[in-house]
Amino acid sequence: MADLITNFLSADIRTATPLILAALGLVMSERAGIVNIGTEGIMLTGALLGCLGSFLWGSSFAGALLAIAGGGLMGFIFAFFTVSIRANQIVVGMGFNIFAGGFTITLNRLLLSGAKVSGFPDYPIPLLSKLPILGEVLFNWPIPVYLTFLAVPLSWFVLHKTNTGLKIRAVGENPKACDTVGINVFRNRYGVLIYSGMMAGMAGAFVSMGQLSSFTEGMVAGKGFMALAVCVFGNYSPVSVMLAGIFFGAADALKYRLLTTSIGGYYQFLNMLPYFITIVALCVFARRSNKPAGSGIAYRKE
Amino acid sequence: MKKKTRQGLISLGFPLLSILVVLVLGALIMMAMGYDVGKAYMSLLNGAFGNRNSIGETFIQVTPLLFTALSYAIALRCGLINLGAEGQLYIGAICGSMAGAHLSGLPGILHILVILLTGFMGGALWGLIVGILKIHFGASELITTIMLNYIALELVSYCVTNAPFKDMTKGAAPRMTSVTDAVKLPSILPGTRLHAGFILALIGVVGYYIFMWRTTKGYEMRVIGLNPNAGKYSGMNIKSNGLLSIFIAGGIAGLGGVIQIIGLTYYLTEGFAANLGFSGVAVALLGGCHPLGMIASAILFGALNAGGVKMQLLAGVPSASIYMIQGMIILFAVSRELFKWLGNKAKALTGGMANG
Repeated sequence: MADLITNFLSADIRTATPLILAALGLVMSERAGIVNIGTEGIMLTGALLGCLGSFLWGSSFAGALLAIAGGGLMGFIFAFFTVSIRANQIVVGMGFNIFAGGFTITLNRLLLSGAKVSGFPDYPIPLLSKLPILGEVLFNWPIPVYLTFLAVPLSWFVLHKTNTGLKIRAVGENPKACDTVGINVFRNRYGVLIYSGMMAGMAGAFVSMGQLSSFTEGMVAGKGFMALAVCVFGNYSPVSVMLAGIFFGAADALKYRLLTTSIGGYYQFLNMLPYFITIVALCVFARRSNKPAGSGIAYRKE
Repeated sequence: MKKKTRQGLISLGFPLLSILVVLVLGALIMMAMGYDVGKAYMSLLNGAFGNRNSIGETFIQVTPLLFTALSYAIALRCGLINLGAEGQLYIGAICGSMAGAHLSGLPGILHILVILLTGFMGGALWGLIVGILKIHFGASELITTIMLNYIALELVSYCVTNAPFKDMTKGAAPRMTSVTDAVKLPSILPGTRLHAGFILALIGVVGYYIFMWRTTKGYEMRVIGLNPNAGKYSGMNIKSNGLLSIFIAGGIAGLGGVIQIIGLTYYLTEGFAANLGFSGVAVALLGGCHPLGMIASAILFGALNAGGVKMQLLAGVPSASIYMIQGMIILFAVSRELFKWLGNKAKALTGGMANG
């Protein structure tokens, strides 16, 4: 029984980590009034770049850095098109996703062909990891997992207790008023988009190197969109986003648990579970919302 | 009148310019990856329009793209963003395949009509789910449509491996039962695989034009799409119009799926229509959701899809790399202000130098 619980919770956290990472980035950009459905594509690119970096330099750390840099660059390009050029955010996001699909397949065939690379090694925390059940579930993870959960209170602090956070939220609610009082709307939006791109890139790297340590085409399989749903479900607030991510992870862990039971033959229906739960969560939580008033609208300086 | 022609020229010139920019960018990326760009583009062009057969293959690709583009356009005109054409297409194809394989005793034409209708209804009901979730719960269609795509993909995976959907022939690869010979659409370009579904797609575009610009319902939808409040205050029912538009949008995507089955593949396999949904969005956007614009951009994307196969064969560039080009085309197609921005920057730069 203890084993069962440990496995379940471990699987939960493993799935939840990339969702929370990407969603923490999205909290910032969504709060600043940008809807970035290109997150899926950025994560996919991050997944590839992570493996590529690890493959070229033999270190998962280098892979993570490459993925973060690539994600940041994509965030910057997204900002250029949606903030400076004022192109429709949804459409640019779609363009990103289609581009990333082609880009990752091409680079993978050219350089990687799904090669096994060194993934993130586990880093058990001394003493704590020896605790029964909790030790295995909470203190025996690769470094990115610890960082993800540390980022939650940090994001909360930045968003709600600092000047930067106030500006980010203000820019999303009423960009015009911000401009009037001298807050630079463009610079803030560029900043959060680059940041959320970096987070999505890292999330992607964890998808490809957190467990399997190789890149397969299309492996992100909707996790970027789910991160968006986690962000809505978590009401655009870091702590709730973490809980939402863990909830989604539980759905996924449940799926793997059920696969080994007698209904495992209907695995396609079990695979639907996370997507289905995403829809249900959206329906339940769509109305209760910290969604900013200026969401999705490009700002035009007069 | 003169102003109108000038505006027309500009609105035509812009997409062409963005395509050109993208082809250059694509060439740069391919060069950076170490491919022979000249050879790649030549084989792409050759694969798309080189001979009668490749032209046929191009228009085979154009057919489902027109349906998914129409699907996106119909919903968008009413203010809904339908990213779920892929799922709707799959569900339509599943329903149509069942009708095509298991109904018998109907005369050919009638049977085809029944198949088209089931395909339409399958996609339409799948689309309607999105509308209901949006209206009753406020769930954003951006995410629900995409989630429903993944669910539809899993359903397809179930149908090709399980009775009663699966083809029970011994040794057959996982697929659904083949449709009967009587309902297979005829070829319209001798010596190629191009089927009558292409004509149906063109009829679909004409239908889109008539519905949107020549009927009251279409007018209402366009008003609501442009300004929901204006629609509301002039007594239009936003909810029922939204539901109707996503219903039709889903149905059109479903039609595209079932026509792909009875025109081309004859049975449904996993991934028989991969990426048609999102490419359709790109086609609609590049074509400005305008009937003629969508036909032109569908031909471009169809050519890229068909030519990409040849490019992989001859120049060794993975055919998936055309999705890079498609993605960039979308980016530039919606960036009308890019050139204005560049102009301002240039002005600022030269102005700055003059002052300095």
